[in-house]
Amino acid sequence: MASLVLEYSVEEVPPLVAEPGTRRKIRWGRGLVLVVALAYFIIPVYASVDFALQNNLGQFSFVTLKAIPSQPGLGAALWLSARLAILTMAITLVLMVPTVIYVHWRMPRFRRVMEVITILPIVIPPIVLILGVLDAAPLWLKASPYMLSLIYVVLAMPFVYRSLDAGLNALDLKTLVEASRSLGAGWISTMRRVLMPNLRSALLSAGVLTAALVLGEFTMASLDLWQTLPVWIVNFSGTNPHVATAVAMFSLLGTWFLLLFIVALDRSNSRKRRKIRA
Amino acid sequence: MIPSDDLAADPDVPDRGVGGEKAGRRRTSTGGLVRSLRIGAPVLPFLVYVLLGLGIPTFVIVNLAFRSDTGRLTLANMKTVLSGGQYQLGFETSIKLALVTSIIPGVLGTLLAYAIATSKFESLKRAVATASGVLANFGGVNLAFMFVAAFGTVGLATSWLAHIGLNPWNYGFNLYRFSGVALVYMYFQIPLMVLVITPALSGLRPAWREAAHNLGASTWRYWRHVGLPVLMPSVLGCMFLLFGSGFSAYATTEALTGGTIALTPIQIGAFLSGNVISGEQNIGYALGFSMIVLLLVSVVGYVLLQRRASRWLR
Repeated sequence: MASLVLEYSVEEVPPLVAEPGTRRKIRWGRGLVLVVALAYFIIPVYASVDFALQNNLGQFSFVTLKAIPSQPGLGAALWLSARLAILTMAITLVLMVPTVIYVHWRMPRFRRVMEVITILPIVIPPIVLILGVLDAAPLWLKASPYMLSLIYVVLAMPFVYRSLDAGLNALDLKTLVEASRSLGAGWISTMRRVLMPNLRSALLSAGVLTAALVLGEFTMASLDLWQTLPVWIVNFSGTNPHVATAVAMFSLLGTWFLLLFIVALDRSNSRKRRKIRA
Repeated sequence: MIPSDDLAADPDVPDRGVGGEKAGRRRTSTGGLVRSLRIGAPVLPFLVYVLLGLGIPTFVIVNLAFRSDTGRLTLANMKTVLSGGQYQLGFETSIKLALVTSIIPGVLGTLLAYAIATSKFESLKRAVATASGVLANFGGVNLAFMFVAAFGTVGLATSWLAHIGLNPWNYGFNLYRFSGVALVYMYFQIPLMVLVITPALSGLRPAWREAAHNLGASTWRYWRHVGLPVLMPSVLGCMFLLFGSGFSAYATTEALTGGTIALTPIQIGAFLSGNVISGEQNIGYALGFSMIVLLLVSVVGYVLLQRRASRWLR
C-alpha cells in the first residue's frame, strides 16, 4: 500500500537525530546546506522587494506600492481568483472527503484503484487536459469561469487524496465509527463530531494547498481566456513591470504566510487539546 | 453517501472491492452483484466526476490525435510531430530541460530535505515544509517575475555578480533562454523534491546507523553501504516525478519568454491560441497525446521505484 507515497501534506517528520557521538561530524555540512539553500531562495525575494521599492528611474520610492491598489483590473482579477479558490475547495471537500472516508472504511481494497486514479492528473497535466476540456465541454459551461474550478478539483486530487489517505491511516477508523454509532450518533453527527476533528490537520493541509494551486494557476486560466490573478500579472507586466513584480512577490509571500499561520494555529490548538486530555 | 446499517454487521464486507475483484468473480448470483454494487455505490459520484473531468477530455485528445482535418483515421499527425522539424525539436528541448531540472534538483532536494529532517529546530522545519508546499504548487508565473528582478539584465543579483567580475550574462547565461528557464524551474523543482523525498528519509532508522557504527563503520561507509542503497529507489522514483513536472510545466516559460522557446507545452499553448496551419488542424492533440505517453512512462517508473523502496522504508 505504501507504493504511492506522494506526501504533499505539511505533516511533521520525526527527527532523525542519531546518537550524540556522531552529531559533530555532520553538523557543519548541514549548516552549509541550509545556508546555501536559504541564500538561493531569498535572493529572488530580496531582489523583488528591491525592485518594487524603485520608481521608473531606479530610485528608491514608494510610488509602486502606493499605485498597487488603483491598478485597473487587479481587483477584479483578485476577486475572480478568490471565488475560484473557494468554489474549488468546497467541491473538493464535498466530493473527496466522504469518498475517501468511505473507501477506507468499507472498501480498503479499492484504495489501490484510488491511488491510480488520483495520480492520473500528473500523467495528463494542465496544458494537455485543457486541450480536451476546451473541445469536449458544452458551450454553456465554457462560457462560465467556474468551469475552471471544476477542473481544478481534478488537478488538486493527487495531493488532496494523499493528504486525506495519510490522515485516515493514522486513525482507527472502524473503532471510531462503531463507537460513535453505538453511542447513538447519526452519520452526520459522526462525521462532524468524530471524524472531522480527527482529520483536521489533513483537511487543513489539503485545503490550503488547493487554495495555493488555484491562486497560482496560470496555464488553464490563460488558455481559457479568464483574467485570474497570475494572468493579470503577465498581461500587465508590459505596462508596469515594477507593479507586476511587486504583485507577484506579494501573492507568493502572502500565500506562504497564510499557510504558516494556519499550520501554527493548528499546532497550538492540538497542543491545547492534548493538555485538556491529560 | 453512507449505506444502511445492515451492511455494517457483515464481517467480510470490508475486504471486498467494487465487484471486479477476485471475490466478485466467485459470486455469480445476481444477489451478490446487487450487493457489491450497493457497497460500491457511494464511490460513484467520485468516479463519475473523474470520468467527466479527466476521462472524456483524455478520450477526446487521443481520438483527435489520430484524425485528419476531415475526420478520417490517420497517422499523419503523429508523423508530423515525431519526424524532424519544429515539433521534434520541441520534444528534444523539453526532454533535455526536464532531465536537467530533475537530476540536479533531485540531488540538491535530497540534501536539503536531509539537512532539515535532522535539524532540531521545529520552526525551521515548519517554515521549510510550508514554503516547499507553496513553491511546488503555487506555480511559476510569480517566480518568473521575481527572477527577472534578480537575474535579468539589470537584475540585482546580476549587478552583484557583475561587481566581482562574474556577470553571468557574459558567460553564456540568458534568463530568457534554456539556461534561464532551467534556473527558474529549479525554484519549484527543489521544493517538490523536498516534499516527496521527506517521508522516505523518515524511514531511515537511527538504529541502522547505530548498528553500523557499533560494527566499526565510518560515516562514509554507513552511507555507502546502508544509507544510499536504502534511499536510492526513493530518490530515483522522485526524480521520475520531477521529470514529469519539469516536462509538463508551461506557466513559467510562457511568462518568462513569452513563448519564444520551442518547448512542447509552449507549442500546445500556441496551438490553442489559434496558430494553426491548414492541414495540421489536429496537431495540438497529437502533441498532447505524445506528452501523455511520455508522462505515463515517468509516472510508472515513479510508482515501480516507490514500490521497490517500500520494501525497506515503512
